[in-house]
Amino acid sequence: MENKLTFIKEKKYQLVAWAFLAALFIAIAVLEAVVPPTSILFTVLKKGAIYALVAVSMNLLNGFTGLFSLGQAGFMLLGAYTYAIFTIPLSAREQVYQYFNGGAIHFTLPVFVALILAGLVAALFAYLIGLPVLHLKSDYLAIATLGFAEIIRAIFQWDKLGVITNGSNLLRKYPVFRSTLFYFTVSGICIALILLLINSTYGRAFKAIRDDEVAAEAMGINLARHKQLSFTISSFFAGISGALLAMFQTTIQASQFKSAMTYEILLIVVIGGIGSVTGSCIASFLFIACSEWWLRFLDNANLNITPIQILRPGFRKVVFSVVIMLIVLFYQKGIMGEHEFSVAGIIKKLKGCKKAFRDLKLKFKKEGLEE
Amino acid sequence: MAEHVLEMKNVTMQFGGVVAVNNLSLEVNKGEIVSLIGPNGAGKTTAFNVVTGVYAPTNGAVYFNGNHIVENYPRGKMKKLYAGTNRGDYTKHIEPTPDVITKLGIARTFQNIRLWKSQTVFTNVLIAKHMRRTSNIFTATFRLNRKEEKKQREETAELLKILGLYDVKDELCTSLPYGLQRRLEIARALATNPSLLLLDEPAAGMNPQETAELTDFIRKIRDDFHLTVFMIEHHMDLVMDISDRIYVLNFGALIAKGTPEEIQNNPEVISAYLGESNDVR
Repeated sequence: MENKLTFIKEKKYQLVAWAFLAALFIAIAVLEAVVPPTSILFTVLKKGAIYALVAVSMNLLNGFTGLFSLGQAGFMLLGAYTYAIFTIPLSAREQVYQYFNGGAIHFTLPVFVALILAGLVAALFAYLIGLPVLHLKSDYLAIATLGFAEIIRAIFQWDKLGVITNGSNLLRKYPVFRSTLFYFTVSGICIALILLLINSTYGRAFKAIRDDEVAAEAMGINLARHKQLSFTISSFFAGISGALLAMFQTTIQASQFKSAMTYEILLIVVIGGIGSVTGSCIASFLFIACSEWWLRFLDNANLNITPIQILRPGFRKVVFSVVIMLIVLFYQKGIMGEHEFSVAGIIKKLKGCKKAFRDLKLKFKKEGLEE
Repeated sequence: MAEHVLEMKNVTMQFGGVVAVNNLSLEVNKGEIVSLIGPNGAGKTTAFNVVTGVYAPTNGAVYFNGNHIVENYPRGKMKKLYAGTNRGDYTKHIEPTPDVITKLGIARTFQNIRLWKSQTVFTNVLIAKHMRRTSNIFTATFRLNRKEEKKQREETAELLKILGLYDVKDELCTSLPYGLQRRLEIARALATNPSLLLLDEPAAGMNPQETAELTDFIRKIRDDFHLTVFMIEHHMDLVMDISDRIYVLNFGALIAKGTPEEIQNNPEVISAYLGESNDVR
């Protein structure tokens, strides 16, 4: 009886969550129809969606499996390049690969095939790298994966491989999507897949490895296999987000996938809460909005509000760093901690508020009576 | 040999120059409760770690239900360093990882509690069911394994009911009192469907009341789950009360074996525990 009631309740919450998602998508569609497409709002939304995906994929590895890896930028680069290389139209190749005689690849793939291939290439590399490095622990794994990302970047800039990668020159003219809805849909589907995985029996095994590796192995969980799985899957989605980033930017260059990019993603994961998918998503939009939009006015040297002129290009980064320090100081486990943002959670909180309010009212009443 | 559930043959475990377990041979028969005792640092937990695959022995072999599960001989730098006996008797190298051994049917608990701290009581046991899965990562992600998932959950609930943990199933495992955490560790080990249960100091840190309860509890699970129990323990009341046979280790070597009465009257055991005095001689 009780089970049935909670079951119905859960179904109801699920419906509300779906409705919330649908409302979000409709809101974006409406925004796209109303607001001019050059608005910074869409830049933030698109980039936010892309970073949300890569942050969640990093969270799968760092937050849910306990593997501290810093190779995310490298896998994004693989995804971005795979997508770009295989989709540049034949007619444009002569122009793009102008220093390499039109390049070595003379065929194109459909956009969605290339998108999936971007993920698969990243996953393949992750698998191969995972074989030697995944038995390393914490910091050592971080250093090894960081090193890999840097090596990949250097190799892609190598002009001997220019017939494929175009050396250190830009890749451009590949098909892109301008609609914000596209980025939200792809990123949403990928995050949903990661969520499904995390809540499956494999996700539970990942969490067991994170909590106590020795116990997990003693309880029959094959450590090497499960770590490899988590690493490969995480990289698959990093590859997809790399392809999305390529579409968003319309041009791509290996030199932009520096380790600083990985740290940005790591920052999002930490601010959102290590081990919280919704935390990563929320933090991603906040991070992008802060760094690209909300703090922009601080760079405006003409806007003088203080006696000494402290507003100048670059000042926004100073304020941004302070904001991040404050967040880390006051939310030591990130915005969401290890919790997820859920309808049931909000209702519980609201109920708590209501109760507190009622108690307060009762208290006042009592005091009034006593007087 | 077939009646032995577990058999360790001439197991020597050497770390660098330190011989932690020296030429240990022992047998555990089906349905027995066997204890391994000895002063601190005698090598008891190391012996457990050899059986469960955490360490590969430096020399020697382990059999489980007559199957050869572990064997090793001094290799690499150990060739030179090896200080034990029986060199050359073993020539194979079989070194499974702990998860493989658990799948064969040997489950263990730990000396210091090692529960998965962020998980509830229920999921702690449910995760242990993961290794008996038939689903792969795709069927699990796309929820095509509903039947198996349901079965796992039902089995977990049933196990928790039998062990008296069902009322606290949704609590975080770290919020349980110490005695229950120990019990949960045993529950988690049982969830892997073992035929041999290794308990590493199950009564550590328990008061006499809890220890007495544990004694009954171990007997009960042995009978209910048709187990063979092999345990390390320091509480002599518990050991003498429950054990069918006892092995005594000191400085890595076996110094005595036998029934509780025999062990209680064994002068070597007494001297190992209390030190030698002139009066005894």
